[in-house]
Amino acid sequence: MKKSLALAILIFLFTIQFLNSYGIQRFPKPEFESGYVQPETLLPNPRAEVLAFMDIGVLIISLSVVSWLVIKKRSRNGVFWMSLFALAYFGFYREGCICAIGSIQNVTLALFDKSYAIPLSALVFFAAPLAYTAFFGRTFCAGVCPFGAIQDLVSFRPQKLGTRLNAVLGVIPYIYLGLAILYAATGTDFVICRYDPFVGIWRFNASFGMFIFGGLLLAVGIFIARPYCRFLCPYGVLLNWTSRFSRKHITITPAECIQCRLCENSCPYDAIDIPTNTRNPESKQTMGRKLIFITFLIPMLMLAGGWTGSQLHEPLAGVNAKVKLAKQILNPVTDKNQAETFEIEAFKSQGKQQAQVFAEASEVLHQFYIGGWILGGFIGLVFGGLIAGRIITRYQADYVPNKGNCFSCSRCVDYCPIKLPLETK
Amino acid sequence: MQNRREFLNLLCRGTILTGLAATTGLLVYRSAQSGNCQLGSSCANCGKSGKCNLPQALLYKETVWQLDPTKCIQCGRCAENCVMTPSAVKVTHVYAMCGYCDLCGGYLKPDTKNISTAAENQLCPTSAIKRKFVEEPFYQYTIDEPLCIGCAKCVKGCGAFGNGSLQLQVRHDRCVNCNECAIARNCPADAFKRVPASKPYLLQGIEAKNEEKG
Repeated sequence: MKKSLALAILIFLFTIQFLNSYGIQRFPKPEFESGYVQPETLLPNPRAEVLAFMDIGVLIISLSVVSWLVIKKRSRNGVFWMSLFALAYFGFYREGCICAIGSIQNVTLALFDKSYAIPLSALVFFAAPLAYTAFFGRTFCAGVCPFGAIQDLVSFRPQKLGTRLNAVLGVIPYIYLGLAILYAATGTDFVICRYDPFVGIWRFNASFGMFIFGGLLLAVGIFIARPYCRFLCPYGVLLNWTSRFSRKHITITPAECIQCRLCENSCPYDAIDIPTNTRNPESKQTMGRKLIFITFLIPMLMLAGGWTGSQLHEPLAGVNAKVKLAKQILNPVTDKNQAETFEIEAFKSQGKQQAQVFAEASEVLHQFYIGGWILGGFIGLVFGGLIAGRIITRYQADYVPNKGNCFSCSRCVDYCPIKLPLETK
Repeated sequence: MQNRREFLNLLCRGTILTGLAATTGLLVYRSAQSGNCQLGSSCANCGKSGKCNLPQALLYKETVWQLDPTKCIQCGRCAENCVMTPSAVKVTHVYAMCGYCDLCGGYLKPDTKNISTAAENQLCPTSAIKRKFVEEPFYQYTIDEPLCIGCAKCVKGCGAFGNGSLQLQVRHDRCVNCNECAIARNCPADAFKRVPASKPYLLQGIEAKNEEKG
């Protein structure tokens, strides 16, 4: 008797538990007699959509103005003031979202996941700077990107790093870009946004770790100008390669270089290519040998990288929420004192089948396997490119900005003694 | 030599620009498409990209983050993971659903001895819920929003014993609309999603009202 009563109570309690969902009116709405008026639930509206068009407008106008200042006016002052404006508008007013660097991930996700509708502003922030770069060089970096602006402000004592160190550190953005695309394409995470060092400064609010990271970058930035832009920025990779083929680009001298060497140390970013000895070029034979070496080396590196990447797909996929959940289901908490994780609790409350979770997780793992091959191959290619860049001798006669690395900040322009009559102030 | 280099440059630039235009075009085309949709559309109704043929289909441009109260398990991570301090997620009181109970599961601690506004009886760690007598036996509960930290304790209490009129929502006066929501990636129940900015709340119980407003 007692047992059946206990069972009945238990069943009753369970039913209550299952009724625990929204939309069930346990207590009917009271009928007030005192003339009480029920207050309305206040729901503040988000930022008006029209303002997103304002952001797009400001971006396009800023890009146009900075490009004009760099290419036509050759004015460092103008670029500086524009970068301050970008810092104020895209940094402190818009609080860093949306930015061109992060928009890579939105575009990637939209390409791979058809159900993700990309906001128009994210698309424009991705495409417009690249389009401008294809015509005028990296003017976006010079005066529209708030990241560049804040680092430019603190670069008081820029030191030369040397071509070798620059080239080696310059590989990091490629790896970062590859990882960001892999994680965005699989719908796992937006790593660029997660490890954004300056967003905490725009918002006066960040985790301790990110403040340290941002502060450290700014501190390093005193001696190594624009460390994020040169050695981390994944969008910089895209801009770099677009800028190499740009139609126009900032030139140090408006006329012909007279080899006066005045501009040699003017670039804080080591982005001026110094003339090399063009009188006695190396023999055709050595050139050929180098070329053969590289054509063999790069595929080998890509294969090796791809294989390594594919072997690492499990740890790479470990941060994916679906994979994490599947792992937790496979290895349940055995310790009774330890509460079950929220993930398991949510899984149970949603009434999903275990098999479905495992199927989803193995799908993600498969994506990471393919992604690992591609990412590894890409990294192999980048390292191959690095080695090729080191051993191939380039010939150059004049002092010119490196079209890929130059941020178009226009500092060097003021160092050139040749002025066109138009430019005299 | 110079000519050849210029030609190569032109070729590469053309390739890059074509690729860029193709990507942009594809994405714009995809989000502006209309066709045969069973509520899976790029309109203000669902926040997904795809085809939509509904008469009420509205093209939208921007999205905001919102959490679905039906998925929420009240784990309390909203209070800890938001980039804002205190969190942009706060409890929202849907008065239309409230039972105006005297013995309120969202206001009082479960083991409380007497029903009063004394601090030791309150479930809310920051005393953000205000209790006011309306008429026998009804009490009105109001959220003092600046005090709320989004810990979801009251939401759990109200959902377990009451009507579930207390629901967590991203408050859009505080949310800075990060490109990727820091709470979303830590949410164990996958309750966060991007919703059209023109329909930014996912409350239960007052949906009809929301639609009237447009």
